[in-house]
Amino acid sequence: MSDVLNQTPSPIPATNAGAQLRRASQPILGPGFKALFYKECLRFWKVGFQTVVAPVVTTLLYLLIFSHALSEHVKVYDGKISYVEFLVPGLIMMAVLQNAFANSSSSMIQSKMMRNLIFILLPPITSLEIFCAYVFGAMARGLTVGFFMWLLTLPFVPWHAMVPNNPLWVLAFALGGTWILGTLGLVAGIWSEKFDHLAVFQNFIIMPLTFLAGTFYSIQTLPAFWQKISHVNPFFYMIDGFRYGFFGVSDVSPWISLAVVVCFMTLLTIVAMRMLVTGYKLRQ
Amino acid sequence: MKGSTESPSVNQTSVPAVEIVGINKSFPNASGNVQALSDVSLRIEQGEFFALLGPNGAGKTTLISILAGLTKADSGSAKIMGFDTVREYRDARTNLGVVPQELVFDPFFTVRETLELQAKYYGVKNASAWIDEILENLDLTSKSKANMRALSGGMKRRVLVGQALVHKPPVIVLDEPTAGVDVELRQNLWSFIKRLNAEGHTIILTTHYLEEAEALCQRVAMLKNGKVVALDTTANLLRGMSGITVQISADAVPPSWATRGGIQASGAQGYTLSGYAELEALLTAYREANIAVKEMKLGEADLEQAFLKLTSKEAA
Repeated sequence: MSDVLNQTPSPIPATNAGAQLRRASQPILGPGFKALFYKECLRFWKVGFQTVVAPVVTTLLYLLIFSHALSEHVKVYDGKISYVEFLVPGLIMMAVLQNAFANSSSSMIQSKMMRNLIFILLPPITSLEIFCAYVFGAMARGLTVGFFMWLLTLPFVPWHAMVPNNPLWVLAFALGGTWILGTLGLVAGIWSEKFDHLAVFQNFIIMPLTFLAGTFYSIQTLPAFWQKISHVNPFFYMIDGFRYGFFGVSDVSPWISLAVVVCFMTLLTIVAMRMLVTGYKLRQ
Repeated sequence: MKGSTESPSVNQTSVPAVEIVGINKSFPNASGNVQALSDVSLRIEQGEFFALLGPNGAGKTTLISILAGLTKADSGSAKIMGFDTVREYRDARTNLGVVPQELVFDPFFTVRETLELQAKYYGVKNASAWIDEILENLDLTSKSKANMRALSGGMKRRVLVGQALVHKPPVIVLDEPTAGVDVELRQNLWSFIKRLNAEGHTIILTTHYLEEAEALCQRVAMLKNGKVVALDTTANLLRGMSGITVQISADAVPPSWATRGGIQASGAQGYTLSGYAELEALLTAYREANIAVKEMKLGEADLEQAFLKLTSKEAA
C-alpha cells in the first residue's frame, strides 16, 4: 500500500473529472434505448441455435406430425383450403408469439437472478426506453423465428398458399401479437422472483392459450360452448387475424380481431410501464 | 502511510460532488420496520477521496444505492454534482459511476462487449480509445475477447471498475472494491483510482480494510445503525486518538489487567492505553505478578481504533 501511495500519479487521458456533465437534448428514445435494444438482439442471436433454430425445428415437427395424422380427417373453411395450408400460418404465429414471450421474460428474469440488471438501472435510461428495448427485442426474435418458419414450410405447402393474400393484415397481427407477448414477457419477468414463477406463466398461461387458440383447428368445428370459451382467448384473435392475412378467410372479422389486439396492447403496455416507472420489484 | 492523503484538488467553492440532506430509509422485516438510515446528511466536495466506513448493516450500501437511484429514500434528498437524484435522475446518473459490491456480470458477452454496451447506455460515442485505455490500466487487454464467464473473480471485479468508468463520471463510488481480491490486484487498483483522483475525480469508498481508508482518504464518515457517528478529516479523527496500543506475549496476564485487554490474532494480549504513564503501570503489574514478558510491540493510534472507539461509544 505504501508503495502505491508514494507513486507519482502518471498522466491518464483527459477526462471530464471535476466538470458537471449535463446530458445533451435527446430524442424520446435516445442512445440508451438503442444500446439496450442492440443488447437484447445480440443476446438471442449469440445463442441462435437455442433461440431461433430450436423453435423452428420443433414447430416443423408439429407440422409434419399433425399434417400426416389429420390432413385426411379434418376439413376447414368448408374445404376451401387444405388442412396443411390452414395449419401452417397458425403454427408460424404460435412460434412467433411463444418466442416473443420467451425473449423478454427470460432476459428480465436472468438479469434479476444474476443481479446484472444493475447495469441498466444505473445509467440514465428512462422507463420508456427500457420498455421499448425489451419489447422490440422480443418482437425481433419472434419475427425472426416466424420468417424462418415461413421459409422452411414452403416445400411442404403449395407456393400460392404461402403468399399472403393481404400482407398488411399479416404484418399488423405479427407486430401486434409480438408486442403483446413481448410486453407480457416483460411483466412476467419483472413479477417473477424465481424461475419457478416464470414457469407458471409459461406452462399454465402461454402454452394452453396458444394451443387452444385455433392453431390446429377452426373453432367453427367446436361445440357451441367451446366456441364461446375460445372467444375470450386473446391468442385466438391474433392467430385468426394472422391467418386471415394469408387466405382472406377467418372465424371472426379481422377488424374485431384487430380491436382485441389493440386493447390488449394498450392494457399490457400500461401495466408494464407502471411497473417500470414505479420500480416495482426492480428498485427498492 | 499517514499524512500522505492531502487532496490534489479539492474544490470547496463549487457545487459539491455529493450533497445528502436528511435521508431516512427503513425496510420492512418480519418484526416490523428496520431503520437502515436515520437523518443522514453529508456533503462531499469535488476532488475529495472520501471514505464511508461502518460495520456490516450500518447502512453504507443503502446510502450508495440511494445515490445511484437503486433504492428510494423515505425522506430527504440527494444530489450528485448539483443534480437531484430523483427529479433530475438522468443528469445525476450521468455524473456518477458505481462499482457495486456484488460480483455481477452478464454471461452472454465478452469483456470488451460488456464495456462497449455500458458506454452506449450512457450515450458515449467513439468510446473505443478510452475502453482500450481502461483495459490496459486494469490489466485486462489480453482478456478483452474472453467471455465474462471465463474470468477469475479478481478479473470480474476489474471489469466492474471499468464499467463504472466508461462514461468518465466526475463522481466514482466504490463499494468494497477490494473485497476478496489479492494484494497485487489491490495495489494496481488503488494505483489506478489514485490517478483518477489526481485528475480531479471525486472518489467515495466503502471498505472493510481500514488501513486503505486511512492511507487514501482525506475525510471519513463513520456510520453505525444508520446514523453518522463521525464525520471529519482522517487526520482529525486520528488526532483524537491520543492513546497507544500494546501487544504483550507472556504465559499469563496480571489479574488486575485481566479485563482490560483482549487476545489478538497473533496470540498476544492486546491493550489500548491512554499513554506511556499507563504503560509503566501495566509493566509494573507484570513484574509484581512475576510474569515474564517474552515480546512486546507498541503501536500508535490508527483508524481502526478510532472506528472501534466511536462505534462502541455510540452503541453505549
